[in-house]
This record gives sequence, structure tokens and C-alpha cells, in this order.
Amino acid sequence: MALTVVVAYVGTLLWTARVSVSSARIFPTGDFVGLGQYERLFRNARWLLSLENLAIYGVLFILACLVVGFLLAAFIDQKVMGEGVLRTVFLYPYAMSFVATGLVWQWILNPELGIQRVMRRLGFEDFTFDWIVDQDNALYTIVLATVWQASGLVMALLLSGLRGIDEELWKAARIDGIPTWRVYASIVLPMLWPALSTAFMLLAVMVVKLFDAVVAMTQGGPGTATEVPAKFIMDYLFGRANIGLASAASIVLLVTVLAVVAPLYYARTKAVQRGLK
Amino acid sequence: MADIALPPVRRKRGGMTPARLGVYVFLVTAALFFLVPLYVMLVTSVKPMAEIRLGNLFALPLAPTLAPWDSAWRTACTGLECEGIRGGFWNSVWITLPSMVLSIAIGAVNGYALSFWRPRGASLLFALLMMGAFVPAQVMLYPLVRALAAVELYSSLPGIVLVHVIFGMPTMTLLFRNYYAALPQELFKAARIDGGGFWRIFFELMLPMSTPVIVVAAIMQVTNIWNDFLLGLVFAGSDHLPMTVQLNNIINTTTGERLYNVNMAATILTSLVPLALYFLSGRWFVRGIAAGAVKG
Repeated sequence: MALTVVVAYVGTLLWTARVSVSSARIFPTGDFVGLGQYERLFRNARWLLSLENLAIYGVLFILACLVVGFLLAAFIDQKVMGEGVLRTVFLYPYAMSFVATGLVWQWILNPELGIQRVMRRLGFEDFTFDWIVDQDNALYTIVLATVWQASGLVMALLLSGLRGIDEELWKAARIDGIPTWRVYASIVLPMLWPALSTAFMLLAVMVVKLFDAVVAMTQGGPGTATEVPAKFIMDYLFGRANIGLASAASIVLLVTVLAVVAPLYYARTKAVQRGLK
Repeated sequence: MADIALPPVRRKRGGMTPARLGVYVFLVTAALFFLVPLYVMLVTSVKPMAEIRLGNLFALPLAPTLAPWDSAWRTACTGLECEGIRGGFWNSVWITLPSMVLSIAIGAVNGYALSFWRPRGASLLFALLMMGAFVPAQVMLYPLVRALAAVELYSSLPGIVLVHVIFGMPTMTLLFRNYYAALPQELFKAARIDGGGFWRIFFELMLPMSTPVIVVAAIMQVTNIWNDFLLGLVFAGSDHLPMTVQLNNIINTTTGERLYNVNMAATILTSLVPLALYFLSGRWFVRGIAAGAVKG
């Protein structure tokens, strides 16, 4: 049974790799054109733009999720009232689909009817918040919506990490008169490394997968302002019938993922093994 | 109420200092930010279009109506057809249920075989599966389309179920392998000495002990599969489009005036199943997503 799956995984991977070095357009062809598709790919302005978008998006999304998630976890960890309610509120967006959350945010950010309109009605005639239809800022609205959706996940992971830290540590730090922020920066954050790296890996995979939210919020627009690699590949596979180019693009994406995640995963596995001994 | 499994908090009595006040101000502000979209969704879904055109997103409905909900469920246009989102709802149910059951069954058997029987090449097999957890779906999409078309399963219910099972395999196998790896090996050895075979040990010994991990796996898979968009879009075919794809169609292909109230009702309807799962299963949900975090 497992064998079938490995055939499905490795087989499809090899197939895609093979197509990526052929001149295939609508149907796969058996010829060999070397790295021609890759050359064309990296001369394609839309691909380069989508890579750039993914890089900007990835950095902002991961950073924002980690910061917001950490703040939420750290504040919830202060023995507050209504902790259960707060955790529920912060995490519920994660249960929803990217399509649904994308659509809601599209609606809230819509300048005709959303926040901009509300503020203008309140008397701020010049209030402008039209990022979602603005070439230069549309990408940030996707960051906003996806951070809203995913930072609760980081909160949940980090909160269980924080609860694993010994109460004595806090007492000792208080006796020594170390300011709270220093305790967090020098002691707590390093101790949260396993939870942080888990969160990072999950978020990184989400970045590469980014597709649903873009389709739901901006459909890649305005213009090509929010094009991302996953969408580029889908368009060339099923819309523009250029499977050679799309295959080359997906191999590039795969190599990128492995380059980012593999070292981290390896380090984590080693750390876990050491911890067990 | 979702309740994350954590050690009980030792509460400290004390007055409201400025620092405490700051903590609460931060948390309440954050909570409001997280609740705003849900609030907007709810109030918009019960407003007539006339009120929406007035342009106050946050206003409470003056004349609440359930007509948008009815329309979203029965008459909204999901592309060419105008039969509401109910078809998509049942499609999602019929995709999610078998996909979940099959992927859990296969994951459990794989995990069991990998932790106790260790067939030759098990670690290589496992490494490949691990890689599978990180492979972007796009790498596998087109070959799978061709392969399914070749066996005439493309655009069919069994086809989309098979695809979900394949994509769920790495995490499911990993989940069960980790769970079984934590069980004492002696148990398995004793069962072997008593003459238990591969399947007998699995069904009579391992499966009955697997309830907690099965619950986690079920939550993970229901959420993932229900919320899936990409695979449904590519593999399900027009007769079996899941709710997420239909929802996107309702909102992004309408001509004429956009019926925001109907759109928002449809969005809530689409999110109802995973949200209900989240509110009902609470800490199990958190365990599920944490387990999905590809542990070493």
C-alpha cells in the first residue's frame, strides 16, 4: 500500500521533472530541450514578478504571524480572566478556509462599501484606504487577511510552549531583578525554539501554497500586482496550456521549498533525537 | 467553548495595576480585531440590499431578514446554474467523508507497519513520505490529472477522493507512526509470541488503543478536506464541485449587482462545518493542528 503512494509521489515528481525538460505545450512530448523551459521561465516577467511577490509576502507574513502570535501568547500567559474565550476568539479564523476569509476581507477592504466608505460617512471626507485596488499596496492586504487567519495558530503553538516553562524560572528572574522583557528575550524565546521552528515550518508551507486567498481576494490583480507562483503554474497548466513551462516552474518551487525547509527540519529532528537520549 | 489542554493556571489575587490594565487593553483590542470580520459577515448576511447600499459596514441591521440565507442556500448562481450552495454542501460532505475514512485507515496501517514491522527499506520509504509532506501540490497536479484520466477517474467523485487520500498520506502516516512509536514494543512482541499475525494484531490490539489519535486525525482531515479549494477545482469535475469552489464562483462570477448579503450568507454556510468542529472539539482541534506540524 505504501508502495503505491511512493509511486504516486516519486512517479509524479519524475514525470514533472521530465516534462520540464521537454517542449511540451498542450500534450506531453518525448523530446528533450535541455534547460530551455527554465531559461524561458526566468525571462518571463510575470514569473519573476510572482517570485518577487512571494518573497515579499513570505517575509511579511511569517514575521507578522510570529510577532502577533507571540504577543497574543505572551499576554494570554499573564494569568488573565477569560482565557478560554480569548483563545477561542484568536484561533477560530484558522478553522475557516482561505477562500472564505479572503472573501470576507475583500468585502471589508472594498473602498466602495468597506472601511473607507464608513470613515468617509463619519465625516473624514479624505480618508483613503483603497489598498486592495492599488497596484502598489494590494499585496499587503493579502498579508493582512492571511495573518488574521493564521496568527492564532502560532498563538496556540507558542502558548503551549510557554506553559511548558517552569514557574521557578520566573521566580528566580524576579528575585534577581531582571526586567521582564529581558527574561523573554534571553531566556524564554530560546526555550521556545521547538515551538517556534514548528510554527515557522507550517507558515513556510502556507506561503508556498498561497493560492486560494489570492484567487478569492484579488484574482492576481489589480493588473498583475498580486501574482504568485502557485497561481502562475495553475494558469499555465490549465489556462494557457503550456505544461512544459508550468512543470519547470513547479520544479523551481519544489527546490525552493526543500532548500528552506530541509535544513530546518533536519536540525529539529536532530534536536529531538538528542532530547530523547 | 474551545479549551486547549494546558496545565491549570494558578491564579494570583491582586489589584488592577496599570500594567494589568495594559494587558487587558491589548487583549481586548486584539480580540475585537479578530471578531470584526465575523461580525461584519453576520450583520451583512441579514441586511436587505437597500441597507447595504447605505454603506455602513458596521451598522446593525434595521430590518433583519433571513432571505439572503435562503437565497444563498437555494437560488444563488454558482456559475451557470442557479440552485444555491446546497449542492456544493452535499458534494463537500460526499467528498470529505470517504476521503477522511480512507486516509485515516491507510495512515493507520502504514504507521503501524512502519513502527512495528519495519519492512525492508522502511526508513527510505519514510523519508520519501516526509518529503511528500513538503512537495508543493503543483508538482503533482498535472501528472495526477493524466493518470486519473487514463483510468477514467478524472472529474469523478472516486477521483477526487483518491486525490485527497494521496495528499493526506504523508501527514496521516506520520501521525500514526509517531503515536505507535510511543507504545511499548514489548506489547507487540508478546502478541507475536501468542501467534498474532499482521492484521490480527492490528485489529485486535493496535486499533482499540488508537482512539485518541483517530480523533485527532479525523479533525485534521475534515478541516483540511472541507476547506480545500485547489484540489476540488482541478479534480472534482463540474458535478462534484465542493462548497469552497462554488462559493468562489458565486462571488466572483456574478454579473450585475453584487448581492453582498447573499455572498456573506454563503460564506458563513461554507464555514459552518469546520467552525462547528472547532467549537465542539476544542482542545482536540488544537492537538490536531499541532500534530499536523510535522513532528520529528
